[in-house]
Amino acid sequence: MNPRQPPGIRPRLVAAGLGTERHRQPFPHSQENAMANPFPHAQSASPISGPPSALEYASDRIFRAIALSAASVIIILTAYILWEVAGKAMPAIGDYGLGFITGTEWDVNKGTFGVLPEIWGTLYSSLLALLLGGVFGIAIAIFLTQDFINHRLATIFRTLIEMLAAIPSVVFGLWGIYVLIPLLKPGAEWLHDEFGWIPLFGSDLSGPGMAPAALVLAIMILPTVAAISVDALRRIPYKVKEAAYGMGTTRWEAILKVMLPTASSGLLAALVLGFGRALGETMALAMLIGNANQISLSLFSPANTLASLLASNFPEAGQVEVHALMYAAMVLLAITFLVNVLGLGIQQYTLRKFEGKK
Amino acid sequence: MSDIDLTTRAIEPPRLPRLEHQTFEIRALKSGLLTWLTWIAAGLAAIPLLSVIYMLIFKGGSRLFSSSIGEVLTGLPPAGFEMGGGIGPALVGTLVMVGIGALISIPIGILAAIYLGVLEPSSRISTNARFLAKVLTGFPSILAGVFVYAVIVIHFGYSAMAGGIALAVLMLPTVLLAAEEAMSQVPQRMKDAAYGMGCTRTQVILKVVLPTGLTGILTGVMLAIAGAAGESAPLLFTALFSNYYISELNEPTASLSILIYNFSGMPFQNQIELAWTASLALVLIVLMFNILARILGRSKY
Repeated sequence: MNPRQPPGIRPRLVAAGLGTERHRQPFPHSQENAMANPFPHAQSASPISGPPSALEYASDRIFRAIALSAASVIIILTAYILWEVAGKAMPAIGDYGLGFITGTEWDVNKGTFGVLPEIWGTLYSSLLALLLGGVFGIAIAIFLTQDFINHRLATIFRTLIEMLAAIPSVVFGLWGIYVLIPLLKPGAEWLHDEFGWIPLFGSDLSGPGMAPAALVLAIMILPTVAAISVDALRRIPYKVKEAAYGMGTTRWEAILKVMLPTASSGLLAALVLGFGRALGETMALAMLIGNANQISLSLFSPANTLASLLASNFPEAGQVEVHALMYAAMVLLAITFLVNVLGLGIQQYTLRKFEGKK
Repeated sequence: MSDIDLTTRAIEPPRLPRLEHQTFEIRALKSGLLTWLTWIAAGLAAIPLLSVIYMLIFKGGSRLFSSSIGEVLTGLPPAGFEMGGGIGPALVGTLVMVGIGALISIPIGILAAIYLGVLEPSSRISTNARFLAKVLTGFPSILAGVFVYAVIVIHFGYSAMAGGIALAVLMLPTVLLAAEEAMSQVPQRMKDAAYGMGCTRTQVILKVVLPTGLTGILTGVMLAIAGAAGESAPLLFTALFSNYYISELNEPTASLSILIYNFSGMPFQNQIELAWTASLALVLIVLMFNILARILGRSKY
C-alpha cells in the first residue's frame, strides 16, 4: 500500500490486484524526479515490475505441460476404450465373424451368439421414441420460443422439462413397471382384440414390452430434443419473424413456412442427437422391454436391445460369453458413434450458417 | 364538369383484399387449431414428470418421511420375506463412488479445459480432444462399464474403485466441456490486461481466468456429479452390489441405483416400497446438485 516501499520487497504483479491502490500509482519512485527521467528504473530491478523470475518461468512451463497432458488424456482415453473393447472382442470377432450380426440366437450352452434381434430392438425402440419424442420435443420448443406464454411461465416450464432430464433412468424404469404398464394394459388389450390383424398390434401386452419401453424412451429423450431445438429456434434473428409478420402471415404460417425451415438443420441435429441418446439408453429399457430375443413388429411383444443385453448378461457371464458381449458392445459403439458424429456435424453446420464462424 | 365525372369513374380503385383479422377464415382456423394442439402437446409432456413426482412423494415419501426414517437411512437391505430394512449401504456406496469419480475427473477435466480453452484453443490436440469429448458425452453410459470391466474388473474383481473409475470416465467429458465453455467466456481484454502487466500464462490462468470462470466451472462440475449420481448402467458390473456397508475400496459395493434395479423385479411388497424410497432419495440427491448448479450459474448475472 505504501508508495515508498522498501526496494527489497517485490510485490507480485498480478491482475487480481489490478484494482488495488498499490497499482493505481504505478511508478512510485517517479514522483521525485518525474520530469527528469520518466523511467528511472528501466535498467535496474524495479521493486514493482520486472520480467518473470526463473522460478516463474519454470512453474509456467510445468503447469502448461500438465495441462497438455490432461488434454491428451481425453484422446488417449478414447483410443484406449476402443483398443480395450476391440481387443477383448477379437476372439469373438474371429470365431463368429459377420454371422454374429445376422444371427438370431443367443445361447451360451450351445455357444451360438447372434445379435440381430438386439440390433432390431435397439433401432425399432429408438425410432419409435424418436417419432414421439421428436414431435413433442419440437412442439415444446415452438411453445417456448414463439410467444405462446409469457416469459416467466416459459422459464418455469423449461425448468420442469429440465427436471425431466435430471431424473435417473432407473427411476423411470421403476415408474414404467408400476405405473405405465398397468396403465397401458387395457388399451393394448382393446387394440389387440379389435385391430389384431395390423402387425403393430399383433400380440398382447403381457407385462414388459416394446410399447412401454419406447414411451419411456421418448420421455427420456424429450428434454434433449427440446433443448437443442430451442437453441436452434432462438438463433434465428428476430427480424426474420418480423418480416414474415409484415407480409401478413398468421402466427402458424410464420412458424411453418419461415421459422421451421430456417431452423431445419438445427432441428435435424436435435433429432439425431436425441436418437443417439435413445440408442444408448440402458437401464430403463432393461427393466421394461422384456429381454426376449425375437424380431417382431408388434408394439406389445417383448424385445431386447444391445444395451440391455449387455446389462442383463454381463454380471453372470463366463469367459466365452464375455467375448461375445464385447463384440456386441463394439456393434453398439459403432452405431452410436455414427449417429453422434452425424448429429454433431449437422449441429456444427448450423452454427456456421448463422454465426458465420470459420 | 361532366368530363371530370367521367374520368373519376374510369379509374376504378384496385380491389384490395380484406386486411382485418377474420375469425372464420381457413387460415385463422388453422392457426388456432395448431395453437391448441401445441398447448395440448405441452400439457401432455408435463404429465409423466408430474406422475413420477407424485409416485415418488406418495410411495417413497411414506417410508422416508415417517417414524422409521432412521431405520430406512441406516438399515441393511432386507432379504426375502424379511420386513423393515433400509438403504444405508447403498446410500454410502453411491456417495463414495461418486466421490471417487469426482476426485479423478474434476482435476483432469479442468486442467484439460485450461489447455483447450486458454492455452491452445485451436491446436490440433485441442480440436481433436474437443471433438472426442463431445462424442464421449453421447456414448452409451454402459460402455464405460464395459471398458472398466475389461481393464480393471477382469484383473482385480468387482470393487468400489472400479465403479468410481467408470463414473469418472462418464464425468470427464462433461466437466471438460463445461469448464472450457466457462473459461472461453472470460473476456479477452481481461487476459490481455494481465499479459500486458507481464504475467506468465500460468499466472493469467490461475489469477484471472479461473477466478472469473469459477461459477461456470462449478456449474459444470455440479451437473456432472448429478449425472453420475443417477447413473446405474456403468455400476452394474463394475461395483456389483453388496448387502453390507463398504469397508474397503476393493470389494463389491452397493449403490442406490442398483438397489432400485434389483428390488424393482422382486415379488415382495417390502422390497418394492424400499425401491421407491431409494428412488426418492436418489432423485433428491440428483436434484440437490442440479439446484446447486442452477444457483451457481445464476449468481453470475
